Amino acid sequence: MKIDELKTDVGLFKNLELSIGKVVDDSWTEPMGPSPMPGLTTLRDWDMKLLNKYKPFYMPDCDLCCLCTYGKCDLTAGKRGACGIDIGAQSSRIVLLACSIGAATHTGHARHVVDYLIEKYGRRYPLDVGGLNVKVEAPVTRLVTGIRPETLGDLDEILEYCEEQITHLLSAAHTGQESNNLDFESKAFHAGRIDQVGMEVADIAQISTLGFPKADPEATLVQMGIGTVDTSKPVIMCIGHNVVPSVGIIDYMRDSKLEDKMEIVGLCCTAFDNTRYYDRAKIVGPISWQLRFIRGGYADVVVLDEQCVRTDISDEAQRVKAPVIAASEKNCVGFKNRTSDPADEIVADLVSGKVAGVLILDPEKVGEVAVKVAQKIAPIRKKHKILPEIEEIKALAKTCRQCDLCQRSCPQDLEIPSAMKAAAEGNLAPLIDLYEVCIGCGRCEEACPVGLQVHSFIVKAGEKFMTEEKNLCRAGRGAIQDIEIRNVGSPIVLGEIPGILAVVGCSNYPRGGKDVYDICREFANRRFIVVTSGCSAMSAGSYKNTEGKTLYEEFPGGFEGGGVLNVGSCVANSHIAGAAIKVASIFAKRNLRGNYEEIADYIHNRVGAVGLAWGAYSQKAASIASGFWSLGVPVLVGPHGSKYRRMLLGRADKRENWDVLDARTGDKVNVGPAPEHLFQTVETKEEAMVSIAKLCIRPNDTWKGRSIKLSHYVDLHKRLYGTMPKDLHLFVRTMADVPITMKDELTKILEAKGWKETVVPDPTLLPRMVRKAKE
Amino acid sequence: MSCEPWQCAEVAATKKAHVITKPEVAAAMIKKAARPILVVGSNATRRTLKDKLLIEYLIDFARASKAPVVATAHIVGEFLKRGYEPAEFMSAMDIGNRLVDPEWQGINDKGHPDLALFVGMPYYMESLILSGLKHFAPDLRTMTIDNMYHPHASWSFPNLSINDWAQNLEVIVGKLGGE
Repeated sequence: MKIDELKTDVGLFKNLELSIGKVVDDSWTEPMGPSPMPGLTTLRDWDMKLLNKYKPFYMPDCDLCCLCTYGKCDLTAGKRGACGIDIGAQSSRIVLLACSIGAATHTGHARHVVDYLIEKYGRRYPLDVGGLNVKVEAPVTRLVTGIRPETLGDLDEILEYCEEQITHLLSAAHTGQESNNLDFESKAFHAGRIDQVGMEVADIAQISTLGFPKADPEATLVQMGIGTVDTSKPVIMCIGHNVVPSVGIIDYMRDSKLEDKMEIVGLCCTAFDNTRYYDRAKIVGPISWQLRFIRGGYADVVVLDEQCVRTDISDEAQRVKAPVIAASEKNCVGFKNRTSDPADEIVADLVSGKVAGVLILDPEKVGEVAVKVAQKIAPIRKKHKILPEIEEIKALAKTCRQCDLCQRSCPQDLEIPSAMKAAAEGNLAPLIDLYEVCIGCGRCEEACPVGLQVHSFIVKAGEKFMTEEKNLCRAGRGAIQDIEIRNVGSPIVLGEIPGILAVVGCSNYPRGGKDVYDICREFANRRFIVVTSGCSAMSAGSYKNTEGKTLYEEFPGGFEGGGVLNVGSCVANSHIAGAAIKVASIFAKRNLRGNYEEIADYIHNRVGAVGLAWGAYSQKAASIASGFWSLGVPVLVGPHGSKYRRMLLGRADKRENWDVLDARTGDKVNVGPAPEHLFQTVETKEEAMVSIAKLCIRPNDTWKGRSIKLSHYVDLHKRLYGTMPKDLHLFVRTMADVPITMKDELTKILEAKGWKETVVPDPTLLPRMVRKAKE
Repeated sequence: MSCEPWQCAEVAATKKAHVITKPEVAAAMIKKAARPILVVGSNATRRTLKDKLLIEYLIDFARASKAPVVATAHIVGEFLKRGYEPAEFMSAMDIGNRLVDPEWQGINDKGHPDLALFVGMPYYMESLILSGLKHFAPDLRTMTIDNMYHPHASWSFPNLSINDWAQNLEVIVGKLGGE
């Protein structure tokens, strides 16, 4: 507030300005729960409940610790290091570090976005993620912090809390701090909680201000795939996750009326947020396609923001004569900071090749420079590419020594040597086969002793497929509407919608993106709610059915049984957690405000949701998963996810692990392994599908709901495993749970297992939730 | 023959697998084990040796060794199709997790396995499980019968050609009393 003149007993004040940092929201009547703004140990008891049910199974990726100068210390099989740490604690410490890095990355992203938007729109700019359709605008934030944010300025305070917590979490990983593996794990869960808040803040800030779809089930279908890019025009390619520099580019292009004369394309999550801002932007594809797009020569200018950007991208861009603009202070690429220089000078330097790249930290200037450079350089570089010609591949393949180092360096163990041998004999078919399953890391080239550009060979061999990639993807819709939650709350909690499947994360797939499409389609057809985000959302949309429709055309975009909805970029993952939280709030009318434990207990026991990160590779994926573990939501990862080196596994064979309290009576009731695991690696697509169906089972399912869930589990198991499940007796509580069409078959199985009927409780893990204590 | 890890970067092991130089040695160790199990991963139906799928060699192996088979992922059905019923099927993580539990009494409740044979998983995944067992199941011996050197196992064949691998499996089956 500003006061021109104020007379007081103390004196006369002129031009007085007062700034109030924190505003207590008196209008929110919801009572505050027990854990607003939790610290490192506030929710430790809850974490330990989960960690005792789902104990860590450690698979150390390394026998050593080399984090301090005492080391390297050999921690093999029970040995302790110089600081006293053992391999269990060290493994969980690495998990904490990964989750903290992930949480810091999303929160740092949010900080940049919020600061930029506050500067542009002011602290009092109102938040709006869905108009009247979304009254619970920030469910994660309300739950964790107890704050109901209403303006951009409110987000600032929330981020301060996140930043403080991440500092504490990272400090706990210092040598000689935390020592117990389960306490490290609890802190990793806390990192996940903070991560969810950071992601939510980032996304609601950009949704509110940048005109993104607001909880829109019918968000625009946008073009996706290299084949959709009009390469006759100058092409600006944006890589990363932070939309702010892209906003500068798109605004400048629009102001200059160049929409019809240029292409703005994106890779990874920036691509999604570009299309949420400008529906004529195009999505090239997931993170793993960076090299193929650049080497193919399509990009005239490469703009880098933050996260998951290949660190050799400036070298790659130089090879195709494409200038690079680094636009994030987190990724300066070694370029000179030209933020204060006149735009035209920077343009001249980039177009002439005087410099290969520049750092520009002003998004508006990024926009002007990128657009001008693209226009000027496109006719000069003429989509210069470095992919070899087919005849060249055949000739160069003859120099292959068949040393196997390419295959032994390939994360996928792809049979590159035999493909090279075939290519040398004139047969490119095996190389073409590799195109679909190659994750584009380029390690094969690093390993090759004769310097063959193996990845380029694969891309060239698959060029026809690449240029034919023309698909449609739903632009990220953002949050789930309150009315959608009301419509599905009851069938989800009672089990009649068999589950919510969230297919999220990166593209480090074991055998290509088609698995993601197949899994999504299977469960959409089974009327699960299928939610996608990030690179997985792209892969889900990259294949078509027999009618030529992508998933996003084939299925509705609403949060409903049989819906396939893309919430958006990585930070939009918070809306998936938010939807589960809103089921507890809107449908079950539980208080959210600072009431984490109760809501997580509700979700864990009632909301049949499962996350699948089939190609998870990053630390951010670890922290996203951790946010779901903390809510009691199981997460599956594909085989590469085993490299997170710690699983959280239940033991179905230990009956005593599966007791809950019946909130009605206080009685202990055995509910079986539902859900069986909290974090698990699955090896194949088929295993993933069966596991998803099983992990949607919850103690609270009604008879009808359980029957529906079991029918999906049994059906998938018989089809994909070729046999009946052997653990059915653990999930049948009364004969009413048994699917009617399977009654005869299952009755025999239950009798053979000595099955006994049990009750369906009002399940909780929290003694304080028992309404009538047992006397 | 090389006893470098198959995946070049898999070097961070201080306690490395003993190299099995002759298949007869592997057969002798399997014979000596009181409660061996054979854990078979999903690559059993993806890899072909000579003119047969790996799973067909493994069925011969299982019959000869009488080691109960734990089929991971979805491949139990592939065994059943071929007329062999695995003793158990469960996820690779689940069998790893049970093996580190000293109280677990094995798949037939006859006691904790004393030798766990692994074959046919994605290399990196098998490597991580073997690492978990090396660190947390100190009394368990592990062996891979893949053709790739696994430093985290107790015993492993070196990196081998497909033909050498097939020949080794045939020798082991023969020594264990199979055809």
